Amino acid sequence: MFEAIAFYLFAALTIVMFTITVMTSQALYALTAMAAGMIFISAFFFILGADFLGAIQIIVYTGAVMALYAFGMMFFDTTRNVVEKRTNPQIVFILGTLAAIMVVAIVVAPIVSNNIQALYPIQEGVGNSQAVGMVLFTKYLVPFEVAAVMLLVAMIAGIVLAGKKMDKSLTLMAEEEIEMMHASTETHQERGEH
Amino acid sequence: MEITLTHYLVLSAVLFAIGLIGVMRRKNLLLLFFATEILLNATNIAFAAISHYIGDLSGQMFAFFIIAIAASEVAVGLGLLIVWYKRTGKIDLDQMTSMRG
Repeated sequence: MFEAIAFYLFAALTIVMFTITVMTSQALYALTAMAAGMIFISAFFFILGADFLGAIQIIVYTGAVMALYAFGMMFFDTTRNVVEKRTNPQIVFILGTLAAIMVVAIVVAPIVSNNIQALYPIQEGVGNSQAVGMVLFTKYLVPFEVAAVMLLVAMIAGIVLAGKKMDKSLTLMAEEEIEMMHASTETHQERGEH
Repeated sequence: MEITLTHYLVLSAVLFAIGLIGVMRRKNLLLLFFATEILLNATNIAFAAISHYIGDLSGQMFAFFIIAIAASEVAVGLGLLIVWYKRTGKIDLDQMTSMRG
């Protein structure tokens, strides 16, 4: 009974928040509604018994990803209203709904045909975090390491892309000036070699 | 009133539809990123629900890796977006027509 109440409450809240994110013309409203929606989604994970996943959802999404978006939005002009292209809205809605139904069919098909069995069953008497750790560090060790390397690459890429030439404003410079700046640094490097 | 797997899958489908509508109607690249995050979260709900109802931890593992992918996607995407904004002063998709084919 309480599960049903919690499910419907959080389902309604999540749908409303994400609809605001998609439909609003203010970037700041979109960001805050998105952060709220992420917190509400973690409630589903707690209802489903995936405690560790819920904690990760709150820490990573609302803690890291949303903070990163908020930080990135300081670079952009977010006060002005976002202008959207007005193509045919009916086509957009029909295509979105059709694609979602197709995704559900893909996910449901193996369940309906009972063609699915538990590879790593949830053990009794073991907490969720412990069970997740046991599966993650035995069966999924290689994907875990690959994900770690991917995060490292992403971190380096983010630092290089966003941190390059922070002291100069590339917006206020013409293309020729940027070219000249590149040329001067190249000649510097050549001179350093000789 | 029992909450079954179907409830969660329908919710996941609704959120996925919202995300797809966002992807198709947004022109601002930052808000396009928001819509992709909604898509990833919708699939995460489906994975966690199936993991619970089948009694298998693999679904939660896949959800973890999706979260890791989303985090790295944001880092790289925002870096590229900042560079593009510094160069042009705009982050609209319509302005990105430097390649002429």
